[in-house]
Amino acid sequence: MNTSLNYAYYPGCSSTGTSIEYDMSSRAVCAALDIKLTDVPDWSCCGSTPAHTVDHSLSSALSARNLDQVASMGLDSCITPCPSCLANLKTAKHRMEDEGFRDKVNNLLDKPANTKIETKSVLQILVEDYGIENIRKKVVKPLTGLVVGAYYGCILNRPAELMQFDDREHPMAMDNIMEALGATVVPFPLKVECCGASFGIPRKDVVMRLSGKLLDTAKSIGAMALVTACPLCQMNLDMRQDQINHANGSHHKIPIFYFTQLLGLALGLTEKELGMNKLCVSPRTLLDFMVNEENIKEKAA
Amino acid sequence: MKVININLSYNSDFVTQVEEESGQKLNNCYQCGKCTAGCPYTEEYDISVSQIMRLTQAGQKEQVLQANSLWLCATCESCTARCPNQIDVARIMDVLRHMARKEGYVGTGRVKTFWDSFLSSVKNNGRVFEVGLLVNYISHTGRFWTDIGLGPKVLPKGKIHFKPTEMQGKKEVAKIFMRFKEESAR
Repeated sequence: MNTSLNYAYYPGCSSTGTSIEYDMSSRAVCAALDIKLTDVPDWSCCGSTPAHTVDHSLSSALSARNLDQVASMGLDSCITPCPSCLANLKTAKHRMEDEGFRDKVNNLLDKPANTKIETKSVLQILVEDYGIENIRKKVVKPLTGLVVGAYYGCILNRPAELMQFDDREHPMAMDNIMEALGATVVPFPLKVECCGASFGIPRKDVVMRLSGKLLDTAKSIGAMALVTACPLCQMNLDMRQDQINHANGSHHKIPIFYFTQLLGLALGLTEKELGMNKLCVSPRTLLDFMVNEENIKEKAA
Repeated sequence: MKVININLSYNSDFVTQVEEESGQKLNNCYQCGKCTAGCPYTEEYDISVSQIMRLTQAGQKEQVLQANSLWLCATCESCTARCPNQIDVARIMDVLRHMARKEGYVGTGRVKTFWDSFLSSVKNNGRVFEVGLLVNYISHTGRFWTDIGLGPKVLPKGKIHFKPTEMQGKKEVAKIFMRFKEESAR
């Protein structure tokens, strides 16, 4: 393991609001693993999906401003927890390798774009740079008794040629982390199916259908909880779970964690540091159950 | 079934433009239908994604650009991930949306209104201000009850802010949008 992991950190807009617990737990986990994060100074929005539906040069210019901020730190790569930010920052770098496209982007910027900055997800660096075996060694509170499914969402690994991480149809990164933390991982068949993304506000009916299917499937395979790596996925499944139940006549009460929250728990961090109280579907019963299971196991040993 | 006389309505400029802007060869599509089979949104589409591909190959500009499907695609990348001919179908959908916007084919779909509200929030604040975005969306759609039920659930969590976060470079971001507007007007 490299003992001096050091990254520029791009939080993304939702980290200041609806996915604050993802940001809190990502930072807390990295600190616990001695991974140094420095915030990209005065970062701005990457444009997310709305910008690329308007124009690719606009989308890349919004990302390029941030890549330039990373360059100003004297670093050549950055990490972000959010798959949508990740996709935009990576797409911008990739597409700006084409001179004609780069010129179009530069027309929108104060100074020419930096085309050297690589972006990775927090998940990717934990798996590839830190390493799952090293994570395993740091576990002090195993997730005993937890039966969990890993849900990756649609864009964390796709398009594969761009994302260059894990598998486009059957990713395993979070499954492997959860297994290393002592949880029982059940294969989740809809790992990369879309949750309805940002349609929660304009077309709630679509999210009710798509996210409803994810929750029904989680229940059918006996998952007590799901872990996610995406603010939109988590928000649709957690914050909208009551809406989904109401729309579909279901009765789910499935806690939806960010993978960093469960990772932090196993590393011995407090629930408060990990923003467990920010989740809409309360994980209280499940968290108590895990402590109880671990006590029983220890006594038996 | 609608019958189209391709000879009369084939628009070769349209085909060339889609190919140039997307970097994809439309003729690589042999209509296997795998994109549609995996599309989570196909139930909502008026024209399925494989049919969009076929109509685009056949230069049917009007029919393609007025499709509601363009505004219901969430860019989940399933089509791109599963195309046996490595066509980046999601990028073609993106390019078609750009063209539809430029040529005024845009309908009144709520998804587009949401996307526009999102970008106006970025333009004004440099970052997305979630409450402002929602208010903007509601003011454009008149859908006052949007997510009102989530209030009691989310407010006590301290996740919702009623003021945008301040950033120094927000003028730089606004300038990107301004220049884009100028460039588009050329």
